[in-house]
Amino acid sequence: MAAIDFKDESAVVIVGSGAGGGTLAHELTRRGIKVVLLEAGKRQSLDSFSQVPGEAFTQLTWLDPRTQSGDWGVARDFPTLPAWHCKTVGGTTVHWTASAPRLRPWELRAHTTYGNIAGTSLVDWPIAYDELEKYYKIAELRMGVTRRNDMPGLPASNNFKVMYAGAKKLGYKQVHTGHMAINSVAADGRGYCIQQGFCVQGCKMGAKWSTLYTEIPDAEETGNLDLRIESTATRIEHDSQGRVNAVVYRDREGKEQRQKARLVCVAGNAIETARLLLLSESAKYPRGLANSSDQVGRNYCHQITGFVWGIFDKPIYSWRGATLAGVVEDEVVNNPERGFVGGYRIELLALDLPTLPLVGLPYGWGRDFASVLDNYRNLAGLFINGEDLPRADNRITLNSNVKDAFGLPVANVHVDEHANDRAMRKHAQGQMSKMYEAIGAKRVVLGPVPPATHNLCTARMSADPRDGVTNAWGQTHDVKNLFISDGSVLSTPGAANPTLTIVALALRQADYISSQMKAGKL
Amino acid sequence: MSRFPDGQLFDRRQFLKTTGLLTGWVAAGSSLALIAPAPARAWAIDLAALTSSEGATLMAVTRTIAPHDKLEDAAYALVVRAIDSEAAKDEKLLQIVRAGAAALGNDFAKKEESARVAALKKIESSEFFQAVRLKTLQVLYATPMAYAYFGYEGEAFSKGGYLSRGFNDLRWLPEVPLEDSGPVPS
Repeated sequence: MAAIDFKDESAVVIVGSGAGGGTLAHELTRRGIKVVLLEAGKRQSLDSFSQVPGEAFTQLTWLDPRTQSGDWGVARDFPTLPAWHCKTVGGTTVHWTASAPRLRPWELRAHTTYGNIAGTSLVDWPIAYDELEKYYKIAELRMGVTRRNDMPGLPASNNFKVMYAGAKKLGYKQVHTGHMAINSVAADGRGYCIQQGFCVQGCKMGAKWSTLYTEIPDAEETGNLDLRIESTATRIEHDSQGRVNAVVYRDREGKEQRQKARLVCVAGNAIETARLLLLSESAKYPRGLANSSDQVGRNYCHQITGFVWGIFDKPIYSWRGATLAGVVEDEVVNNPERGFVGGYRIELLALDLPTLPLVGLPYGWGRDFASVLDNYRNLAGLFINGEDLPRADNRITLNSNVKDAFGLPVANVHVDEHANDRAMRKHAQGQMSKMYEAIGAKRVVLGPVPPATHNLCTARMSADPRDGVTNAWGQTHDVKNLFISDGSVLSTPGAANPTLTIVALALRQADYISSQMKAGKL
Repeated sequence: MSRFPDGQLFDRRQFLKTTGLLTGWVAAGSSLALIAPAPARAWAIDLAALTSSEGATLMAVTRTIAPHDKLEDAAYALVVRAIDSEAAKDEKLLQIVRAGAAALGNDFAKKEESARVAALKKIESSEFFQAVRLKTLQVLYATPMAYAYFGYEGEAFSKGGYLSRGFNDLRWLPEVPLEDSGPVPS
């Protein structure tokens, strides 16, 4: 591993080591570019992953204070935890459930496809689908996605058998164990899935792709990576011309450090990425960095989610097996006759016993609440993953009334649901309920909307600089050597779980950055 | 008269006054008996901040919130212990719990379930009730007793996963065709 001097002005500084930042770090370092990778969290390993769900949650989750507002259910049900993502080397790829579908071509043309819908800020992506597809193929090879290339599908678990039978009864055609970034056979120096059901706690087999044990060690091997853990970026600085030239951060002792940079890439997950840009306000950029359009933090999307549980009279043991290995893709269409635009996926889901009552069940107590848990053995689970619509006022702002450990304002997450969001969730819950009822469920339980695991679009790509924060390469419209490299850049969320798209865009951005550097343009 | 012995005496009295104890027996053949070492049939939990009477009231509150009739008292006692140890470090929480338990009355634990439910419904929006409800959810279902009771098998890495331990043993529905699933690795 390289030790890069604080004053080295030739370094690329990447903030965040997850799907975007970790992949980008590997891609740049293998091309001989020196990278300082700042990660706020600690470094875990396959050995250190806790197998106690509550402990694992604390070990991996971003738990720094945040506030929230708006009418979405999360503000009521989980007031202190608007989002559930990671603070650890590897970022959210450590706890993700590894669903890796592609966006559809029409989802990249959301504004054109859905039209002008009141109360939304829809745009089209500035990237042609063919261009994105090229990088999807590389990403799928890199991540070992099942049902792509030579990677077989995952075998069917009990929970999936229930899903499959119900979906087929309803006439769904596109039902399978998913495109998962989980080895179904040994590959890439990693083992195959042994169906632990502990995807969210960190895969001790390393069968699930995570930058923690793929891209980051590969980057370290190049000798060009300086990974600094427990290092929290607090500010990006710029020179008199407005080009960024340093990242200020707090090290593990809380001491302020300043790393010089020729180029800065921010990949701190959509909430913290927006917050860091806003925290970096200056006399030249009074609204924050890259924010002349006033779009930083706006258009926050989190995808439509929600649990549906089916209780049967025979055992299922839903916790045995890969957590999310099952999908119905028939509803990933734009059919306004359903009462909403955009599509959704029906995905398999199970929760471990301690997590189920905390996250998966609607608020309650007493006999009715307890009776659901009494049926834990006989419980099957599904999850919605749908497209929510961007709204200008669904946004990340700084809340100066609440400060983090370093005395800096925390992020406030504001979400007012659009009628389209509610209509989609209702339709999805109805279809999922019918699936279970069609095969004899005794009872169907609709769960709450959990803290957002897919945080997106807060520094979105836009053809017109007035509509977003970056161009088609994640390069900010305002500052040529400042890039955004995580889910913040998605122009719209679509209905695909976002990690594959984040990785594809990071691969593409790395090509762009290195070619621009070679050409002397960066 | 030296102040020191007085102070010591005062502390000692406070200590005796505020320390409670919850005790119980594990029924033979119960879920806990399955996992407890054979001689460990009795359990006892020291309380650092709450009295025995307050502890008993909290036990009844947690059982009313999450009524699983055959789940051992020992599991619910762990919820009370968690509340107690937090309250011992958090004066504000201690006051909330004290006042909440006092308001329910000393006889709360002896009341019929319907009366307990009615009493809790009245205070459902209180800080006290919400704190106890959240702690019940956080602690109860994470206990080994709950794992055994609900049949949850927990982590599987140390046993080779569920790959050869029933992840696909469901037989009451049709098998999934290979093209929609995948081969079981061996």
